[in-house]
Amino acid sequence: MTDVSAAVRTSESAALDGQGCAASIEVHREQGQRQAFCGLAGIVWLHRKIQDAFFLVIGSRTCAHLLQSAAGVMIFAEPRFATAILGDRDLAGLADCNEELDRVVTELLARRPDIGTLFLVGSCPSEVIKLDLENAAQRLARAQQGRVRVLAYSGSGLDTTFTQGEDTCLSALVPEMPGRHDGAHALLVLGTLPDVVEDQFRRLFDAMGIPSLAFLPPRRASELPAVGPGTRLLAAQPFVGETAAALVDRGASLIEAPYPFGVEGTRAWFHAAGAAFDIPADRIEEAIAPAAARAERGLARYRDELAGKRISFLPDSQLEIPLGRFLQRECGMELTEIGVPYLDRRMLAPELELLPADVRLTEGQDLERQLDRLRADRPDLTVCGLGLANPLEAEGLTTKWSIELVFSPVHGFDQAADLAELFVRPLNRRQRLAL
Amino acid sequence: MQLTVWTYEGPPHMGAIRIAASMQDVHCVLHAPQGDSYADLLFTMIARSAKRPPVTYTSFQARDLGADTAELVRKTLRETVDRFQPRALLVGEACTGELLQDQPAALAEGMGLDCPVVPLELPAFTRKESWGASETFHQLVRSLLRGSAPRARNPAAEGRRPRANLLGATALGFRCRDDIAEVTRLLDSAGVDVNLSAPAGATPDDLRRIPDADFNVCLYPEIAHSTCVWLERMFKQPWVKTVPIGVGATRDFLTEVGQVAGIDTAPAIAAARTRLPWFSRSVDSTYLTGKRVFIFGDATHAIAAARIASEELGFEVVGLGSYSREFARELRAAAERYGIEALITDDYLEVEARVLELAPELVLGTQMERHIAKRAGIPCAVISAPVHVQDFPARYAPQMGFEGANVIFDTWVHPLMMGLEEHLITMFREDEEFHDEAVASHLGSGNRSAAQTDAPAAASATADTAPATTDDSIGADDVFVWEPEAEQELKKIPFFVRGKARRNTERFAAERGVARITVETLYDAKAHFGR
Repeated sequence: MTDVSAAVRTSESAALDGQGCAASIEVHREQGQRQAFCGLAGIVWLHRKIQDAFFLVIGSRTCAHLLQSAAGVMIFAEPRFATAILGDRDLAGLADCNEELDRVVTELLARRPDIGTLFLVGSCPSEVIKLDLENAAQRLARAQQGRVRVLAYSGSGLDTTFTQGEDTCLSALVPEMPGRHDGAHALLVLGTLPDVVEDQFRRLFDAMGIPSLAFLPPRRASELPAVGPGTRLLAAQPFVGETAAALVDRGASLIEAPYPFGVEGTRAWFHAAGAAFDIPADRIEEAIAPAAARAERGLARYRDELAGKRISFLPDSQLEIPLGRFLQRECGMELTEIGVPYLDRRMLAPELELLPADVRLTEGQDLERQLDRLRADRPDLTVCGLGLANPLEAEGLTTKWSIELVFSPVHGFDQAADLAELFVRPLNRRQRLAL
Repeated sequence: MQLTVWTYEGPPHMGAIRIAASMQDVHCVLHAPQGDSYADLLFTMIARSAKRPPVTYTSFQARDLGADTAELVRKTLRETVDRFQPRALLVGEACTGELLQDQPAALAEGMGLDCPVVPLELPAFTRKESWGASETFHQLVRSLLRGSAPRARNPAAEGRRPRANLLGATALGFRCRDDIAEVTRLLDSAGVDVNLSAPAGATPDDLRRIPDADFNVCLYPEIAHSTCVWLERMFKQPWVKTVPIGVGATRDFLTEVGQVAGIDTAPAIAAARTRLPWFSRSVDSTYLTGKRVFIFGDATHAIAAARIASEELGFEVVGLGSYSREFARELRAAAERYGIEALITDDYLEVEARVLELAPELVLGTQMERHIAKRAGIPCAVISAPVHVQDFPARYAPQMGFEGANVIFDTWVHPLMMGLEEHLITMFREDEEFHDEAVASHLGSGNRSAAQTDAPAAASATADTAPATTDDSIGADDVFVWEPEAEQELKKIPFFVRGKARRNTERFAAERGVARITVETLYDAKAHFGR
């Protein structure tokens, strides 16, 4: 991990030569009914993170309904997302459709002059009718004469599962990032992080002496970081593979590391980053030691409650592998099954090496069969989406709903105990309730 | 293409899922892309259902589009029937499935499945959720009653009480659970038994017993109207059209039940226990008189709410609208009774513009109107779907019948500032704790957020530029200069009627060609219009 040449990868193909345990883990692939969100769901957190952006989904009433079902419990005075709903007339002819889109965007921008960046978000219907949103984005940006940046990406269920919608969104930002050609070294952390976590990471990287640091996505789309040959990418989320590849195409190089969940993961993550900048290991350790020690103490409180408990993950966000690794290695849980919606080996190779070789790893989903296995396993805790959580609780299984893991501060040292607590809480609750 | 911030209804296949999820032993197969299974969580989370809705999705993805998606449909159908062995199978497609034109319903009919297949045509790009639910229910009832003959019914001769079907209650319907209980109790008090409730709680076999009832009660016309009309034609079953929401409507409902069932329901009406009339008559409620209220929702709840607001609470209905186009005529007729024009739209932005323009003191609407009311800083209560999890409460909370009226009284009055506070805030404007920008003190602590206090200003700016307001008597060209003293004086008017006062003053000035608004103009306008 401290060997720079091994840790820094610039070639995509390098990711496929799994080594050690990673190679020996058998991956079961399944196809069938899926119980997962499409990428549009990413808008629910992205619109809070990127404060000057607006997300316009071009889709059907189903898309609009999904968005408000996911976000609608919050009462917005001025929501930063909307849907341009396709009607029968739009399906009749495509030229008409582009005119309609222009009209809707003009209407929207008149209503919301504060929008700095507008994302046109593709959906299943817009893709099936082959509406060219990339082209539309360029046309609309020209019409706005630079006042508003207009970008396009896909959040359709055909192409993306849940958090992948963030990946496609960030990928659309990559060509907009200013170039950096001085070769100066800079660290770019990839993936949405809660503001508080971002600030913690910034302090630790500063203490390590990282020369220059930026985050993607930034809090404002008008403040995009630069990218170039000196840029080192450090993924904070495992689902940003396409964005990482796009940045590599612009000269950046990807630092291979496990994800910053738990003490072990976070420590390895910081060491990998430091090594990429030739920072001596003892200096890195000095910078992170107080936080790591604190995290160990915090985690100890929950370890006893999780140790020996069996856990299954149903596929959802792509966080299943790093979280399973954390719960198994640092909390002593037993992994019954880890389901992932898709397996990006390039992004997860360092994590796979940390998993026990005999773990049951499932890629994709055939929902009913997976539930049959789950009922046969009867794990102590099941991580699953909200469409399944209550029904499984009613069957006597204890569940941890997975979406919370995307919405809560869970990365880094100071959240390691909070992360464990998220899994302890449902078990604890089941014990407390007398009825 | 329609710009939509919020949508009042889901797509039509959502309506089909609601019918399946309402019933027992019915399963629904939908040809839909990965991700459309989000619909499950409306049942498991918003309605807190303990079981998964009985829906199987084909969950196709991009890679499937190159292959044989029709085969995927067949495989899904076969496996679903094998696993769940439903007594009736609904087969349809979501919007993207519709674009693929795999005809899943026709495929299912040709597969020789050993359960009744009900093919669904759900045009996703023209129709919406309620239509989908109504159509699905209608098709299901038709297909299960195919071949049944009308039967002779005469409760008196058979020596039994008359029996009714309660039609229209669904999963995810607004307060359906408790409405059914309340109406069942109400009918019992009038000497009527319930044959069955459907779709909520019914099995396909139950639906086959629909003709056993003497008449139908159409509780939710958005769902059951077309089925009731069909049952009347095919099985000579009369149906009760009054929806018992509100005290007056509940009395009318019982009267109509009496006529349809041929029994005397006057004793049941006389014996009714309801607190709304006395609560509303008590002097504590005097300050509710003439409160200007805007009402929006599905047609059934909006029409009922307008009657309660006007006749039972003494509010002034200044706006009435609905997203249920299918019942536009009924809504227009209702609006006419209050001397206003009905707003028939499913465009959230149009509703918002109307609310900002009318500046009511209370909004009775859906979850969506809560967004509008928050932006405009207006108190709001929910009267209709779409609703969120807090409107699927644990407690008994019907809207129908006499207990429903009690619930409604409490719910609607709650967001309003209470009488004494309203007076004191008007008298003394500089109190640190109780002041204009504060939320009503019974609603919790703290000030409104900065965004909220700015909202009325921002809102009026939007309203001024929105074309929707130019049909008002204020011409678009009129520009008013408010003198600082007049502006100050305007601020002394309680915030909940200030928007109205500003509008009236400007209208008054426009009518008289006054360009500068002074304190005098303000009071002249007040004298002219009244409060």
